[in-house]
Amino acid sequence: MTFTNKAGVKLVTGLVATIQQNKDFLSEVDGKIGDGDHGINMNKGFTLCGERLAEGEHDMSSAFMVLSETLMDDIGGSMGPLYSVFFEGLSTQSEGKAEIDAETFLAMLEEGLAGIQDIGSAKVGDKTLLDTLCPAVEAMRTAVEQGKDFAAALDEMDAAAKAGWQSTENMVAKIGRASRLGERSRGVLDAGATSCWLILDSMAKTAKELLG
Amino acid sequence: MNRIVNNPDFVVEDMLKGFLKANKELVAPTENSRVVKYVNAPVEGKVGVVTGGGSGHKPAFIGYIGRNMCDAVAVGEIFSSPTAAAFLDAIKAADAGKGVAVLYGNYAGDNMNVKMAMRKAKAAGIEVKTVVANDDCASAGKDELEKRRGVAGEVLMWKVGGAKAAMGASLDEVIAAAQKAINNTRSIGIGTAPCTIPAVGHPNFSIEDGKMEVGIGHHGEPGVEVRDIVPASEMAKIMLDRILPDLPFESGDEVAIVLSGLGATPVMEQYIVYDTVEEILAQKGIKVHKAYVGNYFTSLEMMGVTLTVMKLDEELKACIDMQADSVALKQL
Repeated sequence: MTFTNKAGVKLVTGLVATIQQNKDFLSEVDGKIGDGDHGINMNKGFTLCGERLAEGEHDMSSAFMVLSETLMDDIGGSMGPLYSVFFEGLSTQSEGKAEIDAETFLAMLEEGLAGIQDIGSAKVGDKTLLDTLCPAVEAMRTAVEQGKDFAAALDEMDAAAKAGWQSTENMVAKIGRASRLGERSRGVLDAGATSCWLILDSMAKTAKELLG
Repeated sequence: MNRIVNNPDFVVEDMLKGFLKANKELVAPTENSRVVKYVNAPVEGKVGVVTGGGSGHKPAFIGYIGRNMCDAVAVGEIFSSPTAAAFLDAIKAADAGKGVAVLYGNYAGDNMNVKMAMRKAKAAGIEVKTVVANDDCASAGKDELEKRRGVAGEVLMWKVGGAKAAMGASLDEVIAAAQKAINNTRSIGIGTAPCTIPAVGHPNFSIEDGKMEVGIGHHGEPGVEVRDIVPASEMAKIMLDRILPDLPFESGDEVAIVLSGLGATPVMEQYIVYDTVEEILAQKGIKVHKAYVGNYFTSLEMMGVTLTVMKLDEELKACIDMQADSVALKQL
């Protein structure tokens, strides 16, 4: 099972739409223990990327690079650089490949995760986007190793991402602004983990559509 | 919400346009719309001084660009770190070949973006060193200084770093002086009403009428205690009770003070608090060498005050006493 890099550009345009649709939801989640601007900043970056993509022809790899560069150059905060290196990894690991299979998709996610771990200092359990991303990548790896097909691996990745995202509700934040809240951060979902789930869920669903 | 804006999504852009028009004698735009520089930057033969941070803290950060102050500033969205690209371009705008000191506050986003900018500056052959302000003594315990946030003490860090650079010091000397400045500085805030990011449209935390939050952060981060509001003189005592033992400040010390409003508190009320601050310090044998009272570092329209105290030595005193000309701090 594969989809083409060319058709895969839909993964990126799908992400732009997903973030736009969830702008208010993300700000609302962020407002509970953050400063309530996560949706605004993400929407600004992804919308800007969508406008840039509309200006030219792109395959998935080049579109992920446009997204990465937009987040790095135009969106600051913590999320700008973190998601920028994530999408950079997705781009570099798929570049030059005409067909995207499960192994390639896994390599993309692993490279994206490695980029985030290189610039950030969070660990699983700190109540960050890694609590969504790490189990998702792990589930994808296990499924691929077990020889499951691409669509089934995507389903397991998506399910693990969702469970990981929801696990942040009962965590105490250890890093970032919410960590100053200590126990008061418990009982609320993490905003970065939320956007990370939206991103992984959107990519999994679009990829499955492309697989047919 | 009766705010005075055009489009709430573009308050930073619109504010920068007005700021640049109104202060042409001091500041100039750069090719990066999120970087503002001193008109004479880079200043030949001088170490560059750069800062940056999220918007909403006016007059910080851009108000401290000027002569014997900061050379360039990276500007972020409201309460959100500037991009790595903005920090890098600010470093380039300030670099006169003697290296650049980036003096900023301890927040996760700023740390990451400065780190990325430093990698790129290094590749471009610019030597960059940093001091990360962590003066807010309410934001973490004494055993976790690396977790403390940077707040209004940054103003004194920029004053010292900017002055030291203007005296012709090397990059290492500027960094050492700015680090000493922040090591000798403690701050705390009291919030009495929350603030609203224009694009969000509603306050994202609340302080009940008749209450105040001791130790509140510059973005509404929760403080250490919510209690009934007390007279200004009592607020002064509450803040000093946390600040003085933390360093500690002792009898015989000379200090510089920043007493800043958080945005919506009248300057009149800030002076009412300051009166007791200096009185208590005098009782404890601590001499105020220099005081800055006014809106030096705010948090949109939050109500409340922050108090910053810096212990001086001869080097810091010389830096504090040096002339400075910036939009927010003029000293002749």
